[in-house]
Amino acid sequence: MDNAEIRDFIDSSIKENEVMLFMKGTPEAPACGFSMRTSGALNALGVRYAALDILPDPRIREELSGLSGWPTIPQLFVKGELVGGCDIVVEMYENGELAELLGVEMPEDDGAPAEDEPVELPQQQSNIPLENNLKG
Amino acid sequence: MVVPTAEHLKERLVEAFPDAQVDVSGDDGQHFRAEIVSARFEGLSRIQQHKLVHDVFGGDLGGAIHALSIKTSTPEG
Repeated sequence: MDNAEIRDFIDSSIKENEVMLFMKGTPEAPACGFSMRTSGALNALGVRYAALDILPDPRIREELSGLSGWPTIPQLFVKGELVGGCDIVVEMYENGELAELLGVEMPEDDGAPAEDEPVELPQQQSNIPLENNLKG
Repeated sequence: MVVPTAEHLKERLVEAFPDAQVDVSGDDGQHFRAEIVSARFEGLSRIQQHKLVHDVFGGDLGGAIHALSIKTSTPEG
């Protein structure tokens, strides 16, 4: 493959996959902590995405950065647009923007109640006053 | 550039964003974290904000500077 073919391949991967991640390693075996956190955010949202390991040929990264204007790896594209690298993707995951962009719900099993939901008080049992239960 | 230090990175950022509040940490010569609060980011998307920061370091990012974690924001109004 020459550089133009690599460039075409990258370009069509971005266009043909709604969610396209360029990373070091694979989602199953990420080769860098930043790539791991980025694919981890997508995994946590349960979305389907395509991932390409840039490590096998240094020209993949050169051509990708030339195309995107973004110097580092990972790079996440959604609907053909660069969303960002690890910092942006993780920040957007945490504030819910990534879920919104991808049209999915935030996972709710994080163990912490949402701020706007009142915490459910335990049901009062028998004659023991509730205050005593809460102190324990 | 030789082995980069957090101080070097901070100097370059302050030069590029004279109005900004800049904080850089990282002491292994490879991994850094920069927080930049500047009015210049106002009205820009996160991608555009980060690209302004990338531009400061040119080809050093991903090269001499192995990894730079960036957090940008605008001053509270």
